[in-house]
Amino acid sequence: MKHPIWEGVMFDTMNKDRFDVAVIGGGMIGPAVSIGLLQRGLDVCILDEGDDVLRVARGNFGLVWFQGKGFGMPDYVRWTRRSAGLYGDFASELKDATGVDVAHANPGGLELCLGDEEMAHRQHFLGQIYQQGGGEPYEIEYLDRKQVEDMLPGVQLGDEVVGASYSPLDGHVNPLFLLRAMHTRFQQLGGTYKPGHRVTSVSDDADGYVVHAEAGDIRAAKIVIAAGHGLKDLGPPLGLDIPIRPQRGHILVTERTQPLLPMPMSAFRQTHEGSIMLGVSAEEAGYDDMVDTKSINDIAARAARTIPALRGLNIVRSWAALRVLTPDKCPVYQESATHPGIYGIASHSGVTLAAVNARVVSGWIAGDPPPEEFRSFGVERFNAENAA
Amino acid sequence: MLKTRHDTTDKVSVTINGQKVEVPARISVAAAVLSVRDGATRTTPVSGDGRAPYCMMGVCFDCLMDIDGVPNRQACMVTVANGMVINPQEGASRLGDGT
Amino acid sequence: MTTKAYDLIVIGGGPAGMSAATEAAEHGLHTALIDEQSAVGGQIYRAVDEVVTRRADDLPMLGEEYAYGETVANAFRASTAEYISGHTVWQLDQDGSIWSSDGAKAHAFQAKNIILATGALERPVPIPGWTLPGVMTAGAAQILLKTAGMIPVGKIVIVGSGPLLLLVADQLIKAGADVEAVLDTTGVMDYVRGAPHLLRATKSWPYLQKGLKLKRAIKDAGVPIYSGAHEFLISGDGQAEQIGFTSGGLRRTLRVSTVLLHQGVVPNTQASRQLRLAHGWHKTQRYWYPRVDEWGHSDVPAIFVAGDGAGVFGAKTAEIKGKLSALQVAYLQGRISVQVRDNAAAPLLSELENHTSIRPMLDAIFVPPRDILNPPIDATIVCRCEEVTAGNVRDAAALGAQGPNQLKAFYRTGMGPCQGRMCGLTVTEILAAAHNKCPEDIGAYRIRPPLKPLTLAELADMDVGKAAE
Repeated sequence: MKHPIWEGVMFDTMNKDRFDVAVIGGGMIGPAVSIGLLQRGLDVCILDEGDDVLRVARGNFGLVWFQGKGFGMPDYVRWTRRSAGLYGDFASELKDATGVDVAHANPGGLELCLGDEEMAHRQHFLGQIYQQGGGEPYEIEYLDRKQVEDMLPGVQLGDEVVGASYSPLDGHVNPLFLLRAMHTRFQQLGGTYKPGHRVTSVSDDADGYVVHAEAGDIRAAKIVIAAGHGLKDLGPPLGLDIPIRPQRGHILVTERTQPLLPMPMSAFRQTHEGSIMLGVSAEEAGYDDMVDTKSINDIAARAARTIPALRGLNIVRSWAALRVLTPDKCPVYQESATHPGIYGIASHSGVTLAAVNARVVSGWIAGDPPPEEFRSFGVERFNAENAA
Repeated sequence: MLKTRHDTTDKVSVTINGQKVEVPARISVAAAVLSVRDGATRTTPVSGDGRAPYCMMGVCFDCLMDIDGVPNRQACMVTVANGMVINPQEGASRLGDGT
Repeated sequence: MTTKAYDLIVIGGGPAGMSAATEAAEHGLHTALIDEQSAVGGQIYRAVDEVVTRRADDLPMLGEEYAYGETVANAFRASTAEYISGHTVWQLDQDGSIWSSDGAKAHAFQAKNIILATGALERPVPIPGWTLPGVMTAGAAQILLKTAGMIPVGKIVIVGSGPLLLLVADQLIKAGADVEAVLDTTGVMDYVRGAPHLLRATKSWPYLQKGLKLKRAIKDAGVPIYSGAHEFLISGDGQAEQIGFTSGGLRRTLRVSTVLLHQGVVPNTQASRQLRLAHGWHKTQRYWYPRVDEWGHSDVPAIFVAGDGAGVFGAKTAEIKGKLSALQVAYLQGRISVQVRDNAAAPLLSELENHTSIRPMLDAIFVPPRDILNPPIDATIVCRCEEVTAGNVRDAAALGAQGPNQLKAFYRTGMGPCQGRMCGLTVTEILAAAHNKCPEDIGAYRIRPPLKPLTLAELADMDVGKAAE
C-alpha cells in the first residue's frame, strides 16, 4: 500500500532494473551523491539494506565541522572548507524542494579545553595543520576563558575550562532531518530507492555491470559504493581494496530543555527542539556497537566538568555507532583501476561532506575531471606508505 | 478526577500547583494530584498539548511533574510526603539558576 | 563505586520475580531481587501488603486471586533473598552486569545469572483522542484501587476486550464507581474463532466460570455491554468529555468523565531487547516475546526470562515459571543435582497445564482488532511522546523506511522518554501493513540504555571499573 506525499514524487518502481548509476548505500553519502547525479540527468538507483543493521548514518552527532580536520593532508582542509561553504545553499534547496528544514546553522564552533596542557596541545595540533597548509589562511582562533564566556552567555563553565579553539566555519545540522530530506529529494528527482536489497556481489558482462542483491539484480553502467563498512567486502573483488576499520563512538542525549547553547561544540550540541547531545568517545571494539558503560560514564563525567549546570538534566538515550575510519582519518574517493566506472567512497564525515558530495562528487562520477583535492584522496597513498 | 473510598485520618500535607491540600498517606503523587484536580497535569514539549497520567505504572511517561523542584519526575512512581511541593510539568524542563 | 556480586539477581517484584528469588534462595543461591517499586507485588499484586494490613475490607472487591499475592509475598520475605527496592535498572549486559539508579545515585551489580521478571504492560490502544486527560488504561484504574483505594469521579466508560476488561468493570462497580457502559470490541465472530479450543480450555474450568459470572454481575448492575464496538472517537475541551462509537450498526455517543482502555497486556521487552536476546512474534496475540526454553533460558547463557515478560499467561503461570527458572539456575550453578531439579519441577509442570490450557481459546477469541493495531485514521497519534501520527508513519513507509529504526531516524518515533513502550507495537503493525510484510520481517526498535532516564550527574559520578566485591 503506497501513500502519496508530495506532488511529483515518483513511487518506487520496483520493476525497473536498469540504470545509469547504481549507488550501494542509503546513508549520508549515497543519497547526497545521488541527488547531484539526478540533477545531471542521470538515472539513479540506491540499493539499501534492511532495518536493524550497522547504519553508521544513524549514529551522527550533527556537526558540520571544519576545525581539526585534515592533519597531514591540506587538501582535506580545503575539501572541508568547500563543503562548509556550499552547505547553506544545499540546505535551502532541500527545504524549498521537500519542506524539510534540516536546521542548518553556521554560528561558528568551539572545542573547549580543560586545563592548560590540553589547551597547549590543541594549539600545537591546529598550528601544525596551519603550517602544513603552506601559509594559506586557516580560519582558527584561540580564545581564553573570558572570551569563551562571552560567546556562551548564560552558560556557567566549569572551573577547569581555560579556553577554546574557535572556527567561524563550524556549524551544525539535524542529521536525521538531513537524511530524511535527502531521501525525499532523491525520490522527488526521480531516483529509485530499493530498500531490503543487501548487495552480495557485482559482476559484469558485455552489457555493463550487474549488481547482485538478495532481493534481485539490477544493471548499471556505473556503480558507486557508499556502503560504509560494506566496502570492506564489496571493494576488493572490484579493484577497490580500501583500508577501513570500525572505530566505535558513543553519544548521549538529554531531555529537552530551554535554549542554552548558542553554538555547537565538539562535545556539545543543542538541537533545535532542545535536547543536548554529548560526545565524544573513540574505542577500538571491532564491530560491537553495544553501549559500553565506561564510555558513557567518561562522556558524562567530562560533560559535567565542562558545563556543571547540565548535571541536573536527564539522559534519555545513549547509543554507539561505528565510524568508518581510514588509517589517516581522511576520506577516500577512488575510481577502480580494474573496473572503470566503479567508484568507492570511504569517509566518517558524511554529514560535513554532504554538500560537497552532492554538488561536486556527483560531477566527478558523471564524468567531470576530478576536483583538485582528489589528488590526495586516492587509495594509493596507503600503498605508498607501505612501500616506503 | 478521583475520590477515595475510605475516610482516613492518615494524611500528609502537600502543595499542588500552589494549593495546600491534605491527601492520604502512601499514595502516589499522580493519584494525589488526580484526587484534587481535573484536566492536564503537564503540557508536552512538542506541541504544548495537555496530558495527564495514563498507565499509572511508569511506562507511559505522561505523568511527568515537577516534584520538589526536580522536573520531569514520573509522578506515579513517587510516594507523597509531608511538605512536598508538586507542580505541573509545563513543556520541557528548564535548567535552574546558576547555569 | 563498589559492585555488589550475587549468584542470582532477579529483576522485578511480581509473582515470577518473587517466586524465583524465593526458590533460588531455598537452594542456597546468594540471591537479590531488584524492584523499581517500594513494595513487592509487581502490578498484579500491587500494594497487596498495604491492602491486607490497612484496607482489608477491599479484599472481597479485589478478589481472592489478588489476596493470594500476600502468600507469595510472605514466602519471599521469609526467604534469605535480599530485597533491593526503589531501584530502576537502566542498563544490563550479557555477562550479568547490572546498573541501577535509586533516584540519587547509580549502583552497579554483578550476577552469575539474571532472571528478568519485568512482566507485561498494557497494549497501546491508539484511538482518536486517546491522549486526552481523563483517558487511562483499565490497569491504571486497578492500580488506583489497589494502591490508593481510589475510583474515578463521574461517569466511566470502559473500552476494549479481554478477560481483564470485565474484571475491572466488576471491581469498579463493586467499589461504587459510576460505570456508564462497557464497550466490548469482541464480536460474535471472535467467539466463533475460539470455539475449536473450548475442549482444551475446559481443564481451566474455574477461569471459564469466572468469566461468565463477571458478565452476569455487570449486567445485573444495570451496566450495558455493547459488543462488536468500533470506530471510536474520544473528544472534549482539554479533557475527555464524550466518546463516540459504533455498535450493532448504530452510532452512539456517551458523555463521560473517564475513559478506560484495555486491549490485553503484552510482554515488556525493554530489558530483553536491550540485551539483544532473540525474540519471536506471537501471530495471534500480536506481540514480541523473548525466545526461551522450557526453563526460561534465553539464547544468552547468563540470562533467563520468567513470567509475563516471556509470554502472557497470567499470575499463576508466572509464579510457576519463576520457580522453574530458579531451579535451572540452581542446577547450572551446581547447587542441586539434575534429579533434585526434575523432582521439584514435575509437580510444577503438571500444575502449569491447569493454568495454561485456557490460553489457546482466550488467545483465539481476544485478538486485538485490526483498527487498533493499525489505526486507519491518519491523524491518530501513535507515538505519544513525540506526537507522531499514523499518517506520518505511512509517509515514512512510502519514503522507504523498512522498519522502526529507520522510521525513528525520519520521524523521531521511539526517541521520547518512554523509548517505544507505547508506540513500538503500533509502529511495527503500520509498517507491516504498508509494506505488505509480516511483523517479523519489520522488526522492533533497537533499545539502548538507559532503560529509564537518569541524570547526567548520576552517570557522571559513577566510578566504573572497580572490581566486584
